[in-house]
Amino acid sequence: MKDVAVIGAGMTLFRRRLKETGKELSFLAAKMALEEAGIQKSDLDMVVMGSAPDAFDGIHMKGENLIDGAAAAGKPYVRVFNGGGTGVFAPIAGWWHVASGVADIVMVVCEEKMGSCYPHPQTAFRHIWDPIIDRPLNPNLIWLFAMEMNRYMTVYNIKKEDIARVAVKNKRNAVGHPCAQLADPNITIDDVLNSEVMAWPVQRLDVSPPSDGASALIYCSKDKVHQFTDDPIWVDGVGWGIDSTMWTNRDLCFPRYVATAAKMAYKMAGITNPPKDIDFAEPYDPFDYKELHHMEGLLLCKKGEAPILTREGVTQRDGDLPICPSGGLLGVGNPIAATMGQKVCEVYWQLAGKAGKRQIPGDPRVGVGQAWGDIMQMATVIVLRR
Amino acid sequence: MTEKKEQKESYPKYAPGTHVHDKDIYERKITYTWWEPEVQYSWSLGPAMSRFLQELKAGKIIGIKCNRCRRVIVPPRMFCEYCYGPTSDWVYLKDTGTVETFSLSYLDADARRIEEPILIGVISIDGASPKHGFMHYFGEMKPEELKIGMKVKAVWKPENEREGSITDIKYFKPFRGGEE
Repeated sequence: MKDVAVIGAGMTLFRRRLKETGKELSFLAAKMALEEAGIQKSDLDMVVMGSAPDAFDGIHMKGENLIDGAAAAGKPYVRVFNGGGTGVFAPIAGWWHVASGVADIVMVVCEEKMGSCYPHPQTAFRHIWDPIIDRPLNPNLIWLFAMEMNRYMTVYNIKKEDIARVAVKNKRNAVGHPCAQLADPNITIDDVLNSEVMAWPVQRLDVSPPSDGASALIYCSKDKVHQFTDDPIWVDGVGWGIDSTMWTNRDLCFPRYVATAAKMAYKMAGITNPPKDIDFAEPYDPFDYKELHHMEGLLLCKKGEAPILTREGVTQRDGDLPICPSGGLLGVGNPIAATMGQKVCEVYWQLAGKAGKRQIPGDPRVGVGQAWGDIMQMATVIVLRR
Repeated sequence: MTEKKEQKESYPKYAPGTHVHDKDIYERKITYTWWEPEVQYSWSLGPAMSRFLQELKAGKIIGIKCNRCRRVIVPPRMFCEYCYGPTSDWVYLKDTGTVETFSLSYLDADARRIEEPILIGVISIDGASPKHGFMHYFGEMKPEELKIGMKVKAVWKPENEREGSITDIKYFKPFRGGEE
C-alpha cells in the first residue's frame, strides 16, 4: 500500500437552509480545498463523492447530479454512501484510490441538502425503517436514538446532566468555527435539561440540527506530496464495520461495530493503547450521548466511563483528551455526509496547526475521526498523523 | 517552529454559502421550484415474515431456531445472519416479555408536536433468546410507570379485526405474576 497524505480541505457555511444548489455547494467546498492545496481541477486524477440518503435532496441517484460541482466531469468518479457513516466513509474510499496506486491526487467531496425536504427531513427518514415490522407503528427516527440513549443511561447508571455536558462543550467549542450553525458561548447544562422534550430522554438541545452544507478533502500520494508541502499530514489507518440490521436483537448499550471499525484502523496505524496513543478525537455526535457512546466504542475509555471523563474536563479542548474540538455536529451542524468537515477536515487542520481559535494546545500528533449511521449499525474510523 | 505556526492562517479561512429561511420560501422572496412525488409500494413478504404475520393474526407470536448457534430468533428469518446457514425449526413463543428500552415520544412520524406522549420501546419476548424481540407500543400504564426490566404482556386486537400485521397486537401492558 502507498502512503497517503492530506494536502487541502474546505467546507461551506452550515445552515438549516442554504440558497445555493447541491452542485453549487459542492463547488464552493471543493474550490476552498483546491485553493489550500494550491492545485486546479486538471491536477485531480479522480474524485469521490459522499452523499447520504437521496430522499433529502429529492434527487434519486444524486451522485450523478452532483458530478459537475465536485470537479468530476470527465474524470473517474464514484459516489459512496452508508447513511451517517458517509462523512468518514467517503474519505476512506478516497484513501484507497491513492493507497492502491490507481491514482496520485484524489479529491473527496461530501454534500447534503436536508432543507429541501418538506415539511421536515424527518419525513424522509420514515423511509429507512423496515417496512414489515417497524413502519406500521408509524415511527419517528428520534425514537431510535431515544431508545438507545435510555438503554445506555440505564445500563451504566448515567445521569442526564452528565450527558448534557457534551452539548454544552460542543456548542461552546463551535464558537471559533466560521461555518457553525449552533455555536453558543453562554449555553449551560440547565438550558439543555430545560429544553423541550422531543422523545424522552432526548430533548431539543441534546440533538444536532438538520443542515445544508458541503465539505472537501484532497489527498496526494507519497510520491508526489513533496511538490505541495514539507509537512504532510498522513492517513495512518482506516476501518469500517457494520452489524445486523435487526437492531431489536442486539443490546444497544455498547456499539460493538464501532469497536470493530476502530480495531481495524488502530491495527493499521500501530495504535496499541488508544487513550495514550491518540491525542484527540472527533467521534460522531449527532446527539450528545452519541459522543460518549462512541468514545467507548472507539476504546478511548472503559464502558460507562466517558461521562465521568467529560464531567472531569478531560474532553475539553485544553484537557488531556480533547473530544470534538471543532464543535462537532451539535455545534457546527449536521449535513449528514458533509460532516466530513468536522470529522476529517478538522482533524487535518488541527494536526497541521491551522485550526486558529479552535487549535488544541500541546502540539497534537495523532487524531481520530469517526462517523456512524444506518440503523444504529455502521461505523467508519480514520486515523491521521503528523 | 512556534513562530511558523503563529504565521499560519485559521482554517476554514471563510464560510461560503447564503443562509435562507423557511419564510423566504413561503413568502416567495427567493426563486424556487416545488415537487410532490406520488409513489406507492407493495412489498411481498417472503416465507419467514409471512408466517410470522399469519401467526399474529391467529393471536400467536412465533420465532425460529438456528440449529448452529442455538438462537431462538424473533422476528424470524429464513437464515441466521451470523452463522449464515438456513434456520429450521419454528418455535411458538409466549406473548409476554421484558422491556429492554423505551421512549416517551412527543413527536409524531413527521416530527410534529403532540400533547400526550406515545409510549414505545423494545420488548424481548419470553421463549426467544435473550435480547431478541421487537419494537412496539405500551398501554394501560402511566408514562412514569414504564421502566426498563419491567414484565409486559401483549394486548391483542379482537380476532375479527386482525389482519396479519404487527399492529394485530395493540400494545403491551404491565404483566404481574399469576395473571393470564
